[in-house]
Amino acid sequence: MNIAELIIALIMLPLAGAFINGVFGKSLSKSLSGVIGTMAIAGSFILALFLFNQIENPHIVTLFRLVDVGSVQINVNFLVDHLSIWMTLIITGIGTLIHLFSMGYMKEDGGYYKFFTYLNLFIFAMLLLVLGGNYFVLFFGWEGVGICSFLLIGFHYNDQQKGIANGLAARKAFVMNRIGDVGLILAMFMLLNQFGTLDFHTINTTVSGNIAQNTTDHPALIVLTLSLFLAATGKSAQIPLFTWLPDAMAGPTPVSALIHAATMVTAGIYLVVRSNFLFELVPFTQEILLYIGLATSLVAAFMALRQNDIKKVLAYSTVSQLGLMVVALGLGAYTAAIFHVTTHAFFKALLFLGSGSVIHGLHHEQDIRKMGGLRKIMPITHVTFLIGTLAISGIPLLSGFFSKDEIIGHLYEHNVALYILLMISVLMTAIYMFRLYFLTFHGSFRGDEHTLKHAHESPLNMTLPLIILAVLSVVGGIINLPGLYLHDSAHWLNEYLSKVPGLDVLPHHAPEQGITLMLMGIASVMSIGTLIWAYRNYVQKGNLAKQEENLSGWERLSNRKLFWDEVYHTVFVQPVLWISRQLNHMIEIRGLRAGVFGLARGISNLGQPLAKLQNGLVSSYLFWMVLGLILLFGINLLNTL
Amino acid sequence: MENTASIDINFYIILATLLFAIGAFGVMVRRNMIVLLMCIELMLNAVNLLMVAFSNKYANPDAQIFVFFIIVVAAAEATVGLSILILAYRQLRSIDVNLFNKLKG
Repeated sequence: MNIAELIIALIMLPLAGAFINGVFGKSLSKSLSGVIGTMAIAGSFILALFLFNQIENPHIVTLFRLVDVGSVQINVNFLVDHLSIWMTLIITGIGTLIHLFSMGYMKEDGGYYKFFTYLNLFIFAMLLLVLGGNYFVLFFGWEGVGICSFLLIGFHYNDQQKGIANGLAARKAFVMNRIGDVGLILAMFMLLNQFGTLDFHTINTTVSGNIAQNTTDHPALIVLTLSLFLAATGKSAQIPLFTWLPDAMAGPTPVSALIHAATMVTAGIYLVVRSNFLFELVPFTQEILLYIGLATSLVAAFMALRQNDIKKVLAYSTVSQLGLMVVALGLGAYTAAIFHVTTHAFFKALLFLGSGSVIHGLHHEQDIRKMGGLRKIMPITHVTFLIGTLAISGIPLLSGFFSKDEIIGHLYEHNVALYILLMISVLMTAIYMFRLYFLTFHGSFRGDEHTLKHAHESPLNMTLPLIILAVLSVVGGIINLPGLYLHDSAHWLNEYLSKVPGLDVLPHHAPEQGITLMLMGIASVMSIGTLIWAYRNYVQKGNLAKQEENLSGWERLSNRKLFWDEVYHTVFVQPVLWISRQLNHMIEIRGLRAGVFGLARGISNLGQPLAKLQNGLVSSYLFWMVLGLILLFGINLLNTL
Repeated sequence: MENTASIDINFYIILATLLFAIGAFGVMVRRNMIVLLMCIELMLNAVNLLMVAFSNKYANPDAQIFVFFIIVVAAAEATVGLSILILAYRQLRSIDVNLFNKLKG
């Protein structure tokens, strides 16, 4: 098969899966609809591997013309290059594992086929997003993943206890993403205005041609890149639009793993990497990216310190890690960002699936205060979760260590003060992750007897994805080892992505080998030190998570998320509600409704006398008919005279 | 084929107009449905008469063909009309058309 056929088959397979499950799902057996959903994604993954082998140079596959208005022409086309194929591999690979996991996790759920329909639809939209050859196709995928995210967060909307909360969480995610989407739409308008096209390739060529003309920090470009970044903050949960992601944990855990950890939330990172030729021209925006990323990373890591819901900790951790990626973007280290996207997809999917396995085994208990000692009951989950924890905390030689270190190294070269701030965030990451791990798996069980009696290890179709992801989390780092004493080819991902336009230039701040070694040493000492401290504190001393009433000052701040939601509620939600109420009163009721009702009443009054003509008497109808006839004759007569 | 003993066409026109007017007037003022049906026949036959007269004047048989059709259709119409009449009578015990007003808005 040639590339065009491969790419179409690759994209259509998940859509076909969604179609089959969506239309015939009700009459299919549970295992069959699960297998169909999983096979569709696995098929896509295999096709992506073929593409991965075949692709040498960027390819543009054009399907058909979608918009043809005046000078604006928008095609549906796909840009198949190393970056999009790499993202496709992550999405379909992790997607397959999570589908497999869902077959076990959702077993007792009523909407089984519906779940797989949404998941497949999500993968389809996500593939459109990363493979789209212009901003328009990307936008289709962008909105597609948004709606799938909404549907899946609110998947248990009819739950007895939490149904309404789930629905509200879905709505929050949807509304906050809409705010970001406004940025993307504005950016598309500006791009059309400036370049007359939305094709990545064409814009890139135009921009590269103009660099000589000193276009850096052009006001139009600043607004344009900031709009793009606004879109990225919505999808990738950065300050100021990050509060939806922790709430999105209301969705089923595989959804949290797939959408809110591994794939969709990295769409914002992908958008910036894809638009790197624009961001490179605007150092001002890059600075903003750097600071926003850093702030998000710090704030979210702080909030994660005293959360007691196993998924909420992971959610804030995701926000924090995304902040790290945005820091890399701000430094122009796009490959480092994609590297961290990759390793983060491995270990965060692993951690979420691990927490899903725990929740499944404990019959939907998510509070770590009621867990403990699970390492004997769930040996496989325990080991894999431990590996994920070590990887995200940056224990040497695991994948997270290398990918984080690359970003840290770039930041050190850029600004030492910011480096220290980021190290604080990294330190907090290790603290809350070890706290989570020890409280969940060590000590003695703190839940009730009944739950303990029924606690069990998950079946094979749930533990297998855990094992695969654990292996990837361990060895994932080898795709981009730091140069050090190895040959240059150790930078495999750098080499691979260098064929993508804009990623072929080395980042501005690549640290030297000696400094790299020193930074690695500091990071290693810090993560291992935290591990030892956490072991002492939580296992040997047996400290537990406190009840909410007993939290001291900063702990309370962390537990209540710095009162961020409350501030938003007062500053944005309340005024909007107030304005809406006023508008409803002044314009809706007094203006529009009065106008519309008045018009209706007027027409009704006009109609009343006419309605009297229809009196049911045949003779009267005939009378009017004859009268009309005579009138017509009369007019005719007058005309002829 | 000029008929020497032919009557002037104007007489036919006046007769037909009178017949039609009587029919139309009857439909308008009478309430008995049988009379109504008779008045409709009267109007139809006024048209028939006019058509035959003109057919004769211009020596063109086309109109006469139409007249045959009209007679046949009128017969069918009378049948249907009388059936409706009987059914309406069973419902209302009356054939006063002013009582047939159940469908008015």
